[in-house]
Amino acid sequence: MASLVGSRVERKEDKRFLTGKGRYTADINLANQTYAIFVRSPHARASIKKINIDKALKSSGVVSILTGKEIADDKIGGLIAGWAIRSEDGTEMKCPGNPPLAKDNVNFVGDPVAVVIAESLAEAKEAAEKVEVDYKVLKAVTSTADAMNGDTIHEGIDKNLCFDWLLGDRQKVKEAFDKADKVISIDIINNRLIPNAMEPRACVADYNAASEEITLYTTSQNPHLSRLIMSAFGNVAPEHKLRVVAPDVGGGFGSKINVYNEDIVCSWAAKKINRAIKWVAERSESFLTDIHGRDHVTHAELAVTKDGKFLGFKNETIANLGAYARVFGTVTPTYLFGPCATGVYEIPAAYTNVKAVYTNTAPVDAYRGAGRPEATYTIERLVEKASMELGIDKTELRIKNFPTAFPFKQTLVHTVDSGDYVAGMEKAKQMADYKGFEARRKESEAKGKLRGIGVTSYFEACGIAPSAAVMSLGCGVGLWESAEVRFNPTGQVTVYTGSHSHGQSHQTTFAQIAADELGVPIENIDIVHGDTDKGTFGMGTYGSRSLAVGGIAIVNACKKIVEKGKRVTAKMLEANPEDVEFKGEFIVSKSNKKKTIGEVAFACYLPGVRDEMKSPLPEGDEPGLKETSFYDPSNFSFPAGTHIAEVEIDPETGHVKLEKYTACDDFGRIINPMVVEGQVHGGLAQGIGQALYENAEYDETGQLMTGSYMDYTMPRADNFPEFNIGYTCTHATTNPLGVKGCGEAGAIAAPPTVMNAVIDALGGQEVTMPATAEKVWKACKNLKKSNAKAA
Amino acid sequence: MKDFNYHSAKDSKEASKLASSSSAFLAGGMTTIPSMKLGLATYKDLIDIKNIKKLSGIKVSGKSITIGAATKHVEVSNSKDVKKAIPSLSSLAEGIGDPQVRNRGTIGGSIANNDPSADYPSACIALNATIHTNERKIEAAKFFKGMFETALKKGELIEAIEFQIPEKSSYQKHPNPASRYAIVGVYVAKHKGDVNVAVTGAKSCVYNDKEMSKALSGNFSSSSIDGMDLDSSEMNSDMHASADFRASLVVTQAKKAVDAC
Repeated sequence: MASLVGSRVERKEDKRFLTGKGRYTADINLANQTYAIFVRSPHARASIKKINIDKALKSSGVVSILTGKEIADDKIGGLIAGWAIRSEDGTEMKCPGNPPLAKDNVNFVGDPVAVVIAESLAEAKEAAEKVEVDYKVLKAVTSTADAMNGDTIHEGIDKNLCFDWLLGDRQKVKEAFDKADKVISIDIINNRLIPNAMEPRACVADYNAASEEITLYTTSQNPHLSRLIMSAFGNVAPEHKLRVVAPDVGGGFGSKINVYNEDIVCSWAAKKINRAIKWVAERSESFLTDIHGRDHVTHAELAVTKDGKFLGFKNETIANLGAYARVFGTVTPTYLFGPCATGVYEIPAAYTNVKAVYTNTAPVDAYRGAGRPEATYTIERLVEKASMELGIDKTELRIKNFPTAFPFKQTLVHTVDSGDYVAGMEKAKQMADYKGFEARRKESEAKGKLRGIGVTSYFEACGIAPSAAVMSLGCGVGLWESAEVRFNPTGQVTVYTGSHSHGQSHQTTFAQIAADELGVPIENIDIVHGDTDKGTFGMGTYGSRSLAVGGIAIVNACKKIVEKGKRVTAKMLEANPEDVEFKGEFIVSKSNKKKTIGEVAFACYLPGVRDEMKSPLPEGDEPGLKETSFYDPSNFSFPAGTHIAEVEIDPETGHVKLEKYTACDDFGRIINPMVVEGQVHGGLAQGIGQALYENAEYDETGQLMTGSYMDYTMPRADNFPEFNIGYTCTHATTNPLGVKGCGEAGAIAAPPTVMNAVIDALGGQEVTMPATAEKVWKACKNLKKSNAKAA
Repeated sequence: MKDFNYHSAKDSKEASKLASSSSAFLAGGMTTIPSMKLGLATYKDLIDIKNIKKLSGIKVSGKSITIGAATKHVEVSNSKDVKKAIPSLSSLAEGIGDPQVRNRGTIGGSIANNDPSADYPSACIALNATIHTNERKIEAAKFFKGMFETALKKGELIEAIEFQIPEKSSYQKHPNPASRYAIVGVYVAKHKGDVNVAVTGAKSCVYNDKEMSKALSGNFSSSSIDGMDLDSSEMNSDMHASADFRASLVVTQAKKAVDAC
C-alpha cells in the first residue's frame, strides 16, 4: 500500500463542515434547558458594595440568579495559573484569587458578578438588566509600562508585580558587553491582540440527578485538562462525576485553553437548579473576556563586534498579565519567551528579565505562538537594526551568526536536535528573488512610492511536552499525550487521541499516520477526540504539540498493535514470532504465509478453534485488540525558517501594501502538505495582522476601545498577497516520525518580517505595531524632512 | 432587543400615517436593526417600506438620474444606466460595506441616517442632488444638517434621490481598516460651470470644501490643490486618525479623485 504520510489527502472533515453538518456547542440543545446571561462589570476596577437582585428575580421567566456570595458559600474554587514562576530573588510568584463570580472586587471590564438563569434567552437578558450592582469605582491601572507605579490592584501584591524573573547570567552578559565594539539597542512594544476565534465561546451544562454526573459541553482545546482543573481546583465535582465534551470547536488559537468563569458557573449552577443551562458568548463578550495575547514592553540590547559577530544579548521586558494570572499566563512571558529570545544565533552570553504585572484589563494568556512571537520580534528587530548600523547585508549578518552544527546548544535552555538554518536562508532568498530587490525598489521610487524588504530567521520550541522538563520549570502537570487504538472484530479502527482538533485537521492527518502504521485503508479509521468519556486522558492542543506529541502516541499505540499482531500471526501460522514481519500485512519471512491485520483482529476477538476457524491466542496474550500509549517525548521540537517580506508604501496616505511574502520553513517531516499550507497561511494572516492591523486598545479608565469589528481590525483576504511558501525538511531526531510542528510558525515569524520591511522602506525609522496608515504617514513626513535637510 | 410592532406599508401615504414619535422606517435595516439589538435604539413601531414598489428603481433623464429610496446598493452598483451616466456613483455603491450589506442596504436609508462617515451623502453634495420626499423636494446642500441629523421631519419619507449628471466625477475613499467606512471620502464632480468637492468622514457632517472647489473651478487639475493646507480644527479625531491626518487625507483623496476624472 502506498504511503499516505506526505500526500495531500483531502480532509475527512470537509464534507461535514462545508455542508453545515458541524456540531458546535451552540448547536447543542438539551431537554428543559435554561439560558444564562452574565452580569458583568462595566468598570475596570471597583469594589462591590451591594448587589440587589430583587427586581430581577421578579422579572418574567427567571429561574435563578446567583452571585459571588453563593459560589463562595458552596466553596467553588477560582481560576488558576497553571505554571509557578519564581522571581530572581527566589520568591514565589504572587497570584490573586480569581473567583468565577466576583464577590468583593471587580478587576476588568467584563469581570462577571452574577449569573441570571431564565427560561428563555430574551428573559434572561431582560432580567440581567434589572440586577442592580452598587460599585465603588476605583482608579484603574491600564498601562503595561506604568503598572508598577499604579495603585495596588490586588491586596498584598506590591507594585502589581506577579514576579520579577531572570533567565541567564547578568555578570557574563556584562563581560560580553564590555568587550563589544558596538551595542545595538531597541525599545519595542509587542501590541496586545484579541484572538477572535470564529466561534465565540459557549457552554451547555447538564446535571443528571440519578447518576450525580455533570456533563459540560464547552468550547475547549483540552477537555481532559478542563475537567482536571474544574475538579481539582474548582471543586465542581470529582473527576469521575464530571464529563467534559468539546465537540466541533471553531478555532481556538490558545483562547480556548483556559477553563473560564462561565464553564465553572454553569456546571455548578446546573446541579444547583437541577436543569441544563446554556450560555453562548456574544461577540462583544468575546472581545472583553476571552484571554488576550502579547502585550509586552521591551528594551533589548545586542553586543556585537565590528565585523558582525554577536557577543551578548540583554532583554528587559515588562509583560502585562491583565487582571489575573490564568493557565498559561505566567509561562507565556517566561519559559515560552526567554529561551527563544536569542533566536537562531550563537550568542555566548544572554539574559532575559521579565517583570510580569497586573493591570485592570482582560487576562493575557497564550495566543498562537505564545511567547515565541514576542521573542522573535525582539531579536529579529534587533538583528535588522544591527545590520543597518553595521552596514552588513541583513542575510549575511544572520548567516554569520547561525550555528552550523547540530545538536545546537542554544544559549539559555534548549538543545536543538536538528536544522539547517543556512539552507533555509539560501532557499528563502532564492524564492523571494532577494537579489532583484534593488531593481524593484527603484521601480517603486519612480512611482513615488517607498519600497522595503524585511527578513526574519526564527526557531521556536514547540511540541510542548517533556514532562520532566516542563515540571522542573514550574508546570503544574506533565505534558505527555495519550492515544488508544481499538480494532473492531471486523477490522475497522477507532483511534482515541487526547489532542483536540479545532481546525487542525486531525481527523485526516492522524488517520493518515494510523493508516500507514496499520495497513488499514484510511476510510476504515476514525479519529475520536474531545470527550472525557472517550479516551483515557489528554493534555490537549496548543504549542504546536498535536502531531509531535499526540501523533507519536498514536504511532506508539499502533506499534504495540503490530507487535501483538506478530505474536498472533505466529501462533495462527505456527511460525516463530521473530520470523513475522509487518509490511502492511503480517508475513512469515522466507515463506508465502501471511495474514492481513483484519484477519488478526478478527482472531483476537475469537480466540479459539472451531471447524474452519483456527485462531488460538498465544500464551500470555489476552483477547481483543486494543493498545494504549502515553507518550512523553525526550525534548521539545524546534521548527525554524526564514521569511522575507516586501512592502510598498504610499507616502501620501501612509498605506502599506504587502507586495510579496515568502516563507521557507523547516517543519521536519510533513504529513499532509495541504493541511500544512493551511496552517502556514492562517499563522501568517495572524502574524501580518499583528504587524499591520490588529491592536487591542484600552483607554486610561480601562474601557476597551476596540471592542467590536468596527474598531478592531481583523485582516481580510484582500489584505494579503499570494503567499510564496516553501520548505527545507530536516527531520527531528527526537521522535519516530521526524516531525516538528507547524501551527504557530506564521504568527511567530511574520510580525518582525513585515515590520523589518516597513522600517527598511522608512529608512530605518522605528514604527510600532500595528503600522497603521497614520503612523507610517508621519514617518514618511519625517523622512521627507530629513532627506531635505541632507540635500 | 425589545418587542416592537412590525408594519409593512403598501404606499408612502400609509407609511407616513403609521409614523409616530416612537417609530422608525425600515428599509435595509443595516443600521436600525443592529442599533436595536445593541439596545442603543428602541421603537414601538417599525414601518417596513421595502414593499412599496414606487420606492425602488433607477430612472435616467437627459440631465439627471433618479434613484428610488429603497433601491439597494447592489442595484446601483450593477446598473448599466448608472455606470454609463455617472460611473463614479456606481463604484461608490460597490465600495459600501460588504456583499451582505450591499444586498440589503438602501440609498434612502443611508441618506436618512446621515452617518458622518457614510459614502452616499458625499455623492448627494457633489452631484447637486435633490431629495424627493413624500412632502417636498430638498436640495442636498440643505438636507444634511449635522451628525445623524437631516432636514427630514417626523413621518417624512424619502422617496427618491435625483442626481445631476456631471461632466466628470470620481469618488476616492481612505477606508477605516476595521469597519471600512470612510475615514475620509472625497467626491469630486465637475459640472458645467463649477466643481464640487464633497467630503465625508472628515467632519461631523458631510460638506462641500469651498477652498478646493474654488481652486478646481479655476483650474481642474490636481496641481491646483497640491500641498493645500486645510484647517483641521473642526475635523474628527479618533483612534483611527487624528484631525491632522484627516486634513492631509482630504487633499490627497481629492487629488486622486481629480486625477481619476
